[in-house]
Amino acid sequence: MVEILVLAEHRGGQLRDITFEMLTKAINLSSKLGAEVISIVLGKDVKSFAPTLAEYSNRVLLVENPLFEHFNSDLYQEVLSRVIRELKPLLTLIGHTSYGIELAPRLAASLNIPLATDCIDITFENNSLIVTRQMYGGKVNVRAVVRRSESYMVTVRQGSFMVQKPSPPLGGRIEELSIPMERVVLRKRFIKYVPPPPGGVDITAADIIVSIGRGIKDKSNIPLVEDLAKSLGGVLACTRPIVDKGWLPSDRQVGISGKTVKPKLYLALGISGSFQHILGMRGSELVISVNKDPKAPIFGYSDYGVVEDLFKIIPVLKMKIDEVRARKE
Amino acid sequence: MVCLDIIVCVKHVPETAEAEIRIDASGRDIEKQGLVFDINEWDEYAIEEAVRIKEKFGGTITVITVGPEDADSTLRKCLARGADRAIRVTDPKISGSDAYAIAKILYNVIKGMRFDLILTGVQASDDESALVGPVLAEMLGIPHATMIKRIEFRDGKAIVNRELEGGFEEVLEVDLPALFTIQTGINEPRYVSIMAIRRAMQKEIKVLSLMDLGLSEEDVSETGSWIRVKEMFTPPAEKKVEFISGSPNEVASRIVEILRRRGLI
Repeated sequence: MVEILVLAEHRGGQLRDITFEMLTKAINLSSKLGAEVISIVLGKDVKSFAPTLAEYSNRVLLVENPLFEHFNSDLYQEVLSRVIRELKPLLTLIGHTSYGIELAPRLAASLNIPLATDCIDITFENNSLIVTRQMYGGKVNVRAVVRRSESYMVTVRQGSFMVQKPSPPLGGRIEELSIPMERVVLRKRFIKYVPPPPGGVDITAADIIVSIGRGIKDKSNIPLVEDLAKSLGGVLACTRPIVDKGWLPSDRQVGISGKTVKPKLYLALGISGSFQHILGMRGSELVISVNKDPKAPIFGYSDYGVVEDLFKIIPVLKMKIDEVRARKE
Repeated sequence: MVCLDIIVCVKHVPETAEAEIRIDASGRDIEKQGLVFDINEWDEYAIEEAVRIKEKFGGTITVITVGPEDADSTLRKCLARGADRAIRVTDPKISGSDAYAIAKILYNVIKGMRFDLILTGVQASDDESALVGPVLAEMLGIPHATMIKRIEFRDGKAIVNRELEGGFEEVLEVDLPALFTIQTGINEPRYVSIMAIRRAMQKEIKVLSLMDLGLSEEDVSETGSWIRVKEMFTPPAEKKVEFISGSPNEVASRIVEILRRRGLI
C-alpha cells in the first residue's frame, strides 16, 4: 500500500489551518496514486482532534504523552523517525511553519530522506516527485525535481492549498500509538510562551490601511505616509523589514509573523510582496499598489497597480484626497 | 559564562528585494549581471549577534562561507564587524549544489573545530530553503533552535526566544554547544565603516577546496543534492491587476476616482 503521511499541527488546543491544507493536497494526490492518507497527531491530550482528522484521513494515528504538552522538535523527531521507518510512506507532509522549520530538515537528514521545503505545489510525474517553490522573495517560481527515493518529505507553505472537506468524509480508522520515550534525553526544554506585546493600534479593525515596505527608504519619510493615512481616515501598517529596523512598532506588522488584515482598502506603498506579507493581506477587498519594480509580486495580488516612485505619488494623492474631503464638508 | 567560541555561517547573495530581476537563458536561474551582491540579510543579523556575544563574554568568531572568490567582500565585512577568522570553501565542482549539499560542506569544515555556538541566518534570500542550520546541527549531533529573536545565557545554557506565527514567541532552554538560526530584527546591525573594512583587508582568508575537505563532486553538486531546479518562471498572478499609468497627477486623480466610486472617501 502506498501511503501519504501528514503531520497534524496544533497550538493552544486548536488544529491549525495548515493541517487541513496539507490533508486536502494529500487526498488530491492519493486519488491519483491510489494511496492512503494517514494523519498523525502528537500531544498531551489529542483524542478530541481525532473525529475531525478522521474526516480527512484513511487512518489517524494518535500519539499521546504528557511530554508532548508543548511542541519540541527533539521529541517529534524521535516519534516520527520511528513511524516513518516502520511505515515507509511514499511522502511525508509537514507544514513550513515555525514548528515545521524546526523539525523537518533535521528529521529528513536523520532518515536520509530527500526534503523539499516551503513548497506551493506537489506532483508526481513519471515516478519523480516534482515540487513548485519560490525563490528571491517570491519574485520567481521554480519547478524542482527531488532526488529519486522510496520515501520523500515536503514542507508545505501556509495558504497554498484551498481546504476542501471530503464528501463523504473518509471516516478514517483511529489508532493509538504508544511510543516509549523514557530513553530520550532532552537537550532543549520549553520554558514558556510570550504573547505579542499589547499594541496601541488594532490594525485588524481598520477599514482603510496604508501600508509601507522597504521602498519608504528612511525613517524620516514615515510622517509623509502617516499624513496620507490620516487624510484617508485609515491606519498605517507595514511589512516586516520596517519593524526589524525599528521604524514602526510590531503591532503595525502585516503578515504571517504579524497580523492578518481584511480591510476595504489596502494601499501598498513600496511593498515588494513576499509571501509572508501576502498571507497577511490577501483577504483585503481592494488592493492598490505602488512600486517601482513592474515585476514586484504584490501586483499579482492587487486590483490596481502603479509602477512609479512612491514619493512622486504620495504628496499629490494626499492633496487630492484633502480636496475631496474639503468639498464634502 | 566566559569566552564563547562562535562559528557563523554566511552566504554571499544577490540583493533582489528592490531590484527588477530577469530569468536567464538557461531558464533555471536569474540573470546575475548588474545585481549587487552582499551578505545575506539574515546572516548579517547572525554575525552582529555573534559580535555582541563576543563583546559581552569574550571568545572568538570564525566566519565560514561556501561560494566564489567574490564572497570575500562578505567575509571582509564580517571581519570588519569583529570576526577573528574567515574561511571560504571554493570549488567549481560545488556548482548545482542545493542547501543540503552546502550543509554537508559546512559540516566537513566544522567537524574538527572547537566551538560553543554556531549561528547562521534562518534562510538565504536567494533559495529560501531554511534548512542548512538544522541539517548541519543533525550532522554535528548538537541541539538546535530556529528563528531566534533573543539569546541569553544562564548556568552554562542558552535561553532563546523562538518566533512563532502571529507575534507569539516561545522561550527554550538549550544545552551548549548548540546551533541557532537567527531571525531578522534580533538586533540592529552596526554600521561598518570603510576604515574598518580596510583594516580587515589585512586579515587572512583561509581558502579550502572540496579535496581539502575529503569530499568529491558526487557528495555535492546536483548528484549530492536533495533537489534540482528544472525550470524557473514568473509566478502566476492571483488577481488581474489593472495598471494605472500617466503623470503622478493623473495617477492620483484616477486613484481618488476609484476610491470615491467605492465610497471610501
